[in-house]
Amino acid sequence: MYHYDEYDHALVQDRVAQFRRQVERRLAGELTEDQFRPLRLMNGLYLQLHAYMLRIAIPYGTLDARQMRKLAYIARRYDKGYGHFTTRHNMQFNWPKLEETPDILAELASVEMHAIQTSGNCIRNVTSDQYAGAAEGEIEDPRIWCEIIRQWSTLHPEFSFLPRKFKIAVTGSEADRAAVKVHDIGLIMRRDGAGQAGFEVIVGGGLGRTPFIGKTIRPFLPKEDLLSYLEAILRVYNQLGRRDNKFKARIKVTVHETGAEEFTRLVEAEWLQIKDSALKLPKQEVDRIARHFEPPAFRVLSKTAPATEARIARDRDFAAWVRHNVAAHKVSGYAIANISLKPIGKPPGDATAEQMDVVADLADAFSFGEIRVTHAQNLVLPHVERDRLPELYDRLAAAGLAASNIGLISDIIACPGLDYCSLANARSIPIAERITERFADRDRLELIGEMQIKSSGCINACGHHHVGHIGILGVDRKGEEHYQVQIGGSASEDAALGRILGRGFSADEVVDVVEKIVDTYLAHRNAGETFIETYRRIGQDPFKERVYGAA
Amino acid sequence: MGEEVEDMDQVVIANRLSDGLVVFLAAAPGSLQGEWKLRLEQASVASDDARAQELLALGVAAARQEQKVIEPYLIEVERTAEGLRPTLYRERIRCQGPTVRTDLGKQAEAREV
Ligand code: SF4
Repeated sequence: MYHYDEYDHALVQDRVAQFRRQVERRLAGELTEDQFRPLRLMNGLYLQLHAYMLRIAIPYGTLDARQMRKLAYIARRYDKGYGHFTTRHNMQFNWPKLEETPDILAELASVEMHAIQTSGNCIRNVTSDQYAGAAEGEIEDPRIWCEIIRQWSTLHPEFSFLPRKFKIAVTGSEADRAAVKVHDIGLIMRRDGAGQAGFEVIVGGGLGRTPFIGKTIRPFLPKEDLLSYLEAILRVYNQLGRRDNKFKARIKVTVHETGAEEFTRLVEAEWLQIKDSALKLPKQEVDRIARHFEPPAFRVLSKTAPATEARIARDRDFAAWVRHNVAAHKVSGYAIANISLKPIGKPPGDATAEQMDVVADLADAFSFGEIRVTHAQNLVLPHVERDRLPELYDRLAAAGLAASNIGLISDIIACPGLDYCSLANARSIPIAERITERFADRDRLELIGEMQIKSSGCINACGHHHVGHIGILGVDRKGEEHYQVQIGGSASEDAALGRILGRGFSADEVVDVVEKIVDTYLAHRNAGETFIETYRRIGQDPFKERVYGAA
Repeated sequence: MGEEVEDMDQVVIANRLSDGLVVFLAAAPGSLQGEWKLRLEQASVASDDARAQELLALGVAAARQEQKVIEPYLIEVERTAEGLRPTLYRERIRCQGPTVRTDLGKQAEAREV
């Protein structure tokens, strides 16, 4: 993985020292909250309902064991013994003290981590495919390009005061595990007719109040032109993006109001001016970055995994874990192991300090010290020998980390909602907890199959409810929590926005509604059909009828 | 004229600067000095609007002069058999802690949202 050079180290450490002094002045009463708020936000420190919240970037979701141990240490020493993995490759601590935040940031800097650009109208943490560097059929490791984007976008003077925040996601595979089509810019690696690798460039996707699936403005961009093209997009956005209304300031609205065709024309015209500027990526520079992402020293292994096969044959629980949590690796004899952070009845995406330490130890023991975080709020050990899966599984199970439900109905994405977030209308986590309890039965879980429920506590949609197969949105109705339910969304290659079913529901009703939707699918599905396939075939009406009764 | 509207009971809530925790203002009537307390039961309750405005003014002035709390404002509370209870569920969660991880923090104590 990428390691800081002197420049990176100096930058992060200087920022910590600067923030330490700013915090001192704030605590001494020399700065007011109005003066201080932008400074703390620039260092990832928010004020939430109950306390401060520190949002730490995990660039493109890659973490090593040493960094995970540091997060565990921070959770234990400075927080309440746990942290929360978000949908954007960030870790959030819910209880840091202002007076201790400079120390936390110094701890993070010592392992090449920070909280810079995790707030504000700048280019945020670049996100990627959690299987990067391990996925079968990947064109190139997308993290090379994420790192290039990270370096370009870090403290970029021209783009530090955009109309609104800006999120970029990159995938190196055709399978989209990074929800690239709902980002401000989504990049999918492609090959052109001549076999050269490049990017399909998608712009203007996003969720929130006005959700949009992004538009492809360039089907193929040669790799070396990546930064000049991104710069051209950002420039056009910085000029045209609305600043009169926060809710219309994201690039999705700019693209929508300008028209994708005209927007593309403007970008291409701008790009022509800067295409051959210093932003053109020389091969040596790309190679230099790529060296940081060289594959680990994989062993030559046989294709067969007798210990794993034998355990699958006799242990139903292990077999289920392998079926759902293990994915194919590009190197023979290796596997990708997902660690679900969705145990039954627990907050999605939370991990305790002890669990973080266990994951770090397991990464060292099984995966060359490498860990990934996913936008679905789970963790991944990317390079595990297939025949050591039983051993890994047993150790995960002992730490309460062996939930076998990746991609199933209990693998719910949920934002912090009104339990923590000051912008929330309603709680999100308890709804998710109750759904996992309702669908705890293994046979039923298997019967339902692939199903993504996503839940947000307000229209900001941090829980991606628009692109859930079932999406749940918390709204405020006359001072009470209320939930809108929508169905038919998807965050994958076939990205789609869900449609609202009808009138909303109370917190007590919403789990029953989910169950009715599931029952409708089971009653109507053809053999082998997933929920989303059935929905696309039969449409919304049968679900509506079941939920609201015949008209 | 219409019915007489009963004044709501109110308290001043804020976040403590040093650690962000939710605090409540306690101050005797007419006092120019207040204290920020961690528990809702320790808050001074204003049962009419004049007293509420007095408390708020004191809280805002303290926040400005001492810089120990952030963004004080008034919330409505009702008296129940179990003690004070904010009328809005948002403020109930704010006063009692998250409704999840009930093994931790102030939410580990008995609650009712
Ligand atoms: S969706 Fe709303 S409630 Fe949920 S974390 Fe985002 S801003 Fe907070």
